[in-house]
Amino acid sequence: MPRIGVFICHCGHNIASTVGIEKVVEYAKSLPGVVYADHNIYSCSEEGLSSIRKSIEENKLDRVVVAACTPRTHEPLFRRTCELAGINKYLFEFVNIREHCSWIHTKEPDMATEKAKRLIAMGVAKAGLLEPQTESEAEVVPTAVVIGGGAAGLAVASSLAAQDIETHLIEKSSRLGGMLNDISVISPELEETKPLLDAMLRVLKTSPKVHVHTDTRLTAAKGFVGNFELTIDEKGESRNIKAGSIVVAAGAKELVPTGEYGYGSIPGVITQLDLERMLAKGEVPKRSVFILCVGSRQPGREYCSRVCCNVSLKNAMRIAEARPDSTVTILHRDIMSYGTASEKLYRDVSEKGVQFLRYSLGNPAKVRSQDNGIMVEVNDETLGEDIGLLTDVLVLATPMVSMEDATEIAKLLKVPLDKHGFFLEAHVKLRPVEFATDGVFICGSARWPASVRESISQGLAAAAKAAIPIKKGKVVIEAITAWSDPDKCAACGNCVAACPYEAIEIVDSDKGRTAKVNEAQCKGCGTCVAACPNDAMQQKGFTTRQLGAMIDALVKNALEESP
Amino acid sequence: MTGFNPTILAFCCNWCSYAGADLAGVSRLQMPPNVHVVRVMCSASVKPEYVFKAISQGIDGVLVLGCHIGDCHYMTGNHRTAKRIPVVRKAIHDLGIDERRVHLDWVSAAEGEKFQKVVTEFVNDIKKLGPNPLRGVRF
Repeated sequence: MPRIGVFICHCGHNIASTVGIEKVVEYAKSLPGVVYADHNIYSCSEEGLSSIRKSIEENKLDRVVVAACTPRTHEPLFRRTCELAGINKYLFEFVNIREHCSWIHTKEPDMATEKAKRLIAMGVAKAGLLEPQTESEAEVVPTAVVIGGGAAGLAVASSLAAQDIETHLIEKSSRLGGMLNDISVISPELEETKPLLDAMLRVLKTSPKVHVHTDTRLTAAKGFVGNFELTIDEKGESRNIKAGSIVVAAGAKELVPTGEYGYGSIPGVITQLDLERMLAKGEVPKRSVFILCVGSRQPGREYCSRVCCNVSLKNAMRIAEARPDSTVTILHRDIMSYGTASEKLYRDVSEKGVQFLRYSLGNPAKVRSQDNGIMVEVNDETLGEDIGLLTDVLVLATPMVSMEDATEIAKLLKVPLDKHGFFLEAHVKLRPVEFATDGVFICGSARWPASVRESISQGLAAAAKAAIPIKKGKVVIEAITAWSDPDKCAACGNCVAACPYEAIEIVDSDKGRTAKVNEAQCKGCGTCVAACPNDAMQQKGFTTRQLGAMIDALVKNALEESP
Repeated sequence: MTGFNPTILAFCCNWCSYAGADLAGVSRLQMPPNVHVVRVMCSASVKPEYVFKAISQGIDGVLVLGCHIGDCHYMTGNHRTAKRIPVVRKAIHDLGIDERRVHLDWVSAAEGEKFQKVVTEFVNDIKKLGPNPLRGVRF
């Protein structure tokens, strides 16, 4: 018989002002297996934690239930307290009576008290069936792989090399640098690209730890954090690389317009990258009109690509500086010149005489070719009048879009993409350069259109993260993984098909053919458990018996004991 | 059915719906106290047997809440949920129980208000349906 202790938290007034703590404590004492129940003003305080620890030791508790806030924030803390008190941290169960009870039923204290009792009964029922678990460890291959050799990828590789980590840099084209090769000056400070790129390449060339693979693509990937096995196609030859962590820095590309504003049919209608190439050759147009947000912030591609405003401001400045007799008119829907340097550039450009004219999405400019140039007719939203602009070049600022091979890379590495085809990080704020899949990291424009400066910062951040498992040398796997009972398993393979991580295989055992879960590869989603028709597959901490006991407890306490 | 106070079980995935329920709490969004959340790692781990067990033992309604399609923490787990739960509803219906007692929905970690809405509407729907006819039946 387990010896369960229940600790109910007041959370100051947060729980106690709604839930009748005394009643709940008394009720908890009556639950099967509960040998001790108590309450704390703040269970998570130093005082609360030491009182829990003392109670565990004094009452020889072997299962602990804390009814307080959410396991999403506080579970590690209470698990640690259990460990300090000498019991396995997986013998702890969290019951949420704050977010899921007191805070959402503030006007119904009696009902909230009854609900808290039922939630605790469910938690206690599960706790009684918890089993101690051992977290497994796996050795880490001390090598990193970086996919993409643009600004972000170069930053990752140089930082990893500086940390003495063996690094393979995979680039699909024949040269490193990505989009840095196409732009000669970087916004918003207008510094030259070449010295920057040369400096980054020099670091890689002088580092014996970095192995550059150009004309190379990822063709297969398996494994898990610490032990990835990648197959690459390098100039037509296939080879394997083992890695502890992987960084995706696959970049993005400029959207090529599909006929908008005469692109492709009227000479002189070009994109910002086309303009970059002209300016790099010293060809500075006398008359220019830029149209911003071409193909973005519209139905189907709603996002703002952010970088195109700064690129446009930069190129307007270059034209204005290189040719005093030039005119530049920027047709925009909004100007995204975020940050101090970009806002300064916006003001400097305005002072140089560059004209800004606002148009609306529903009223785009009309473009036609004339003998003396390109005629752009646009409705100025501010004046409310149609204006005709005669120009030599019409520059379309199109957004960055995802790379065509993003889908393939995402599939191989089993990481998600958003609806626009950009890679999706694990958490926008807390884990911005990580995927939910351990050991795989993301940075630069592959995640979202990023400036050179942002790409490099994100690359350095991803490198720091990617170095963690390698520097630790071992990865700990949380014991919420699945396992299969060979006595029940019929080797049907449903679980193999269901597993999103290819973590399960059918193997021969002394009990015949049976499913076997590779613990290090299992992410603990439990999908296989639901797919198993024989109840052979179980997830640690979420077994079918444990969840069944929770249902039984709810039935017993809600339907049988109360009217 | 005045005085009928339904008992409802909700399976929430750890990453989206449970977090959405937490957000509803943090935002102090008020809702009826009939729903009891069970945390699972993924909505795809909810066995049909859990739903059958709850309904056959008299639980008035079962909610299964997961991440929106495309946002699953486990990539494609919720695709299975999306296919599985309609089959579970069909089976419930074939057993002579109103399939509206089982409801699948998507609630993201940012959708505290949606959690409140789903819970409130489901409780109202179940109140209209009345108590589970299997309540108190033992076999």
